[in-house]
Amino acid sequence: MRRTVFPHKLLPWLLLAPQLAITLIFFYWPAAQAFRQSVLREDPFGLSSTFVGLANFRKVLNDPSYLNALQVTVIFSVLVAFFAMAIALFLAVQVEKIIRGKGFYRTLMIWPYAVAPAIAGMLWLFMFNPSFGTLAWPLRQLGINWNPLLDGDQAMMLVVAAATWKQISYNFLFFVAGLQAIPKSLLEAAAIDGATKRRAFWTIVFPLLTPTTFFLLVVNTVYALFDTFGIIHAVTGGGPGKATETLVYKVYNDGFVNLIMGDSAAQSVILMVIVIALTAFQFRFIEKRVHYG
Amino acid sequence: MAHIQLNDLRKSYAGQEVIHGITMNIANGEFVVIVGPSGCGKSTLLRMVAGLEGITGGTISIGDRVVNDLEPRQRDIAMVFQNYALYPHMSVRENMAYGLKIAKMPVAEIDARVAKAAAMLELEPYLDRKPRALSGGQRQRVAMGRALVREPAAFLLDEPLSNLDAKLRVQMRLQIKDLHQTTGQTMLYVTHDQVEAMTLADRLIVMNKGVAEQIATPHEVYMTPASEFVAGFIGSPAMNIFTVTVEGGAALLPGGHRVPLAGLPAGGSVRLGVRPEDLEPVADEVPGIPVVLRSVEWLGADAFGYGTIEGSDVQVTLRLPGATAAARGQRLRVAPMAGRVHLFAPDTGKRL
Repeated sequence: MRRTVFPHKLLPWLLLAPQLAITLIFFYWPAAQAFRQSVLREDPFGLSSTFVGLANFRKVLNDPSYLNALQVTVIFSVLVAFFAMAIALFLAVQVEKIIRGKGFYRTLMIWPYAVAPAIAGMLWLFMFNPSFGTLAWPLRQLGINWNPLLDGDQAMMLVVAAATWKQISYNFLFFVAGLQAIPKSLLEAAAIDGATKRRAFWTIVFPLLTPTTFFLLVVNTVYALFDTFGIIHAVTGGGPGKATETLVYKVYNDGFVNLIMGDSAAQSVILMVIVIALTAFQFRFIEKRVHYG
Repeated sequence: MAHIQLNDLRKSYAGQEVIHGITMNIANGEFVVIVGPSGCGKSTLLRMVAGLEGITGGTISIGDRVVNDLEPRQRDIAMVFQNYALYPHMSVRENMAYGLKIAKMPVAEIDARVAKAAAMLELEPYLDRKPRALSGGQRQRVAMGRALVREPAAFLLDEPLSNLDAKLRVQMRLQIKDLHQTTGQTMLYVTHDQVEAMTLADRLIVMNKGVAEQIATPHEVYMTPASEFVAGFIGSPAMNIFTVTVEGGAALLPGGHRVPLAGLPAGGSVRLGVRPEDLEPVADEVPGIPVVLRSVEWLGADAFGYGTIEGSDVQVTLRLPGATAAARGQRLRVAPMAGRVHLFAPDTGKRL
C-alpha cells in the first residue's frame, strides 16, 4: 500500500470533512435519534414523552404482526438475493459467449440500475395490475387466476420479481468484471484436463468468483432488507393484508402512517441489530469459503 | 504415448492465413521443439494440436486417430502453459489430481500417481500448499506434474521456462530433458529461446511467418540451415550474411575484396553466410577479408569482435580466442574455413 503523508495535521481532516459530515448527519444522528425514541413513549398529542425503558421492545417482539413481518422479510430477502444473483450470474456467463456487440448487450443489461425504485415498482405495477396491467390479461387468458390485489402469494411474487429485476443489473456488472478477471488459460487447462464446460464452470470459475459472490451476497442482503421499500410501497403497499409487509415497511407504516413513534423506533433498532449480526455472520463464517486470488 | 502426424496444416483468422501448410511426422517418444521469433505462429501451431484453436485446413492425427473435430479433453494430451495456469484455489495435490478425478479414476490410483509424480519432481513437501505459496520454479514443476500424472499420449509445452530466471531455467531445462528420457513421452515444445531448442530437441521445427522453414535435427539445422532465415535465427551471435557477386570462381565481397570459394554458382549475385567462429585469421598474402574492429566483447573463454569490412560499412562478427589482444580500431584479416560457408539464393533465401 502507498501511504500519502500530508504536511499538515489539519488537511486530512479537512479533506475528509464532507464525507464525515454526511455520515454524521444522515447516518449517526438518525440512528442516535432512533435509539432515543425507542425508549420513550409519546402522549397521544405528541406534546410530551416519557421514558419507558424496554417496554417498546417488549411490545414489538410480542406483536404477532411484527413476527409476520419478520417472516415476510426472510422469505422476501432470500428470494430476492438468490434470484438477483443467480440470474445475473447466468446472464454474465452468457454475455461472455457473445462475440459481436458485447458492449451493446452489456450496456442494455446495466440500464435497469438507473431506474429509481419507485419508478421500477410502477413499471411492474402497470404490467401486472389485475385491472389495467398489460401482462395481466394474457396471464388470465392462460388460465391463471391472476390477482395480486387479493392473493398474497401472487403479490409476493410480484414484489420479488420487481426487486430482483432492479438488482440484476448491479450484480451483472460485478459478475462480468469478476469473470473477466479469471485467466482464460485456467479454462484451457481445465479443458485439456478433461473437464466439460459445465464441470469447469462449477469447479474452476465458480470457486474463483467467490470474492465477487460474497461481496454481492452482503450487498444484496442489505438491498433486500432496506432499499426495496420504494418498490413495495409502489407495488403493493405491504398488502394484501400484511402479505408483503417487510420489517422496513412496517417501520415506516407504524412510525409515519400510524404515528406510533416508540414502536417504530424500537423496530428500527432491532432491524439495525439484525443487519449488523447478519453482516458479521457473513464475514465470520461465509468468508472462510472465499478464495481471494 | 503416441506418434503425431501433421498433414498440410493450415490456419486462417478472418481470411488471413497465419499457418501456411505444415506437414510433419513426430515419432512416438520423440522430443520436437518448435522454435521461431514471436508472431511466427509457433504457439498457434501447438494450440491447434491441443485443440484450443480450430483447424482451417489439413489434418492432425494423434496415435491413429484424426483429432480435427475432437474437443481438447478427447485428445488424450496434456499441456504445460507459459503462465502455468495452476488452479489458484486448489492445493498442489488437488491441482495434479484434477484431471484424474474427472476421468473417474479410483482414489488409490490417483494417490499413487500423484505421489509418483511428486517424488519425481521433488514436490512432496508442498503437496498441501496453494500455488500462491510456491516459488516460480515450484509452480513450474507443479504444472509439469499435473501433465505427468495424466500419462497422456502426448505432452505439449508452451514456453514453459520463459517466466523463470536464468539460473532456474538451466536447471529446469535439464530436468525436462531427464523427464523425457525417463518417461519416453512424445513431447512437443514451443520456445523462442534457441538454447532450449538446441539442447532439448531430437528434432526442431524452425518457423517463420507461419511457414516451417526447416524440420531437422539441431545438428543439421546448425550445420546446414535450409534458408537464410534459419541461418540467421539459429546461432549466437548470428551468422554473418553478405551479398556477394560471383566472378571467376571467387566471391567479390563488399569493399571489393576477392575470396575464392568452392561451390559457387557460375555467376551473378548470391547471399553468402559464415558463422563468426568459422572466420579464421589468415596471413596477409592469403586472399581474405580485412575487418576493422569497432568493439570487442570479452566473455572469458572467448571474445566476440564486431567490426566492418574494410572499405565498406557492412558489419561482421568474429569469434576470437579469449586471450586475444585485439582492440577497437585494429585491422584483422580473416577468411572462411573450408566447407563452412553457406550459400543462399538472393531472391527466395533458400539454400543453394
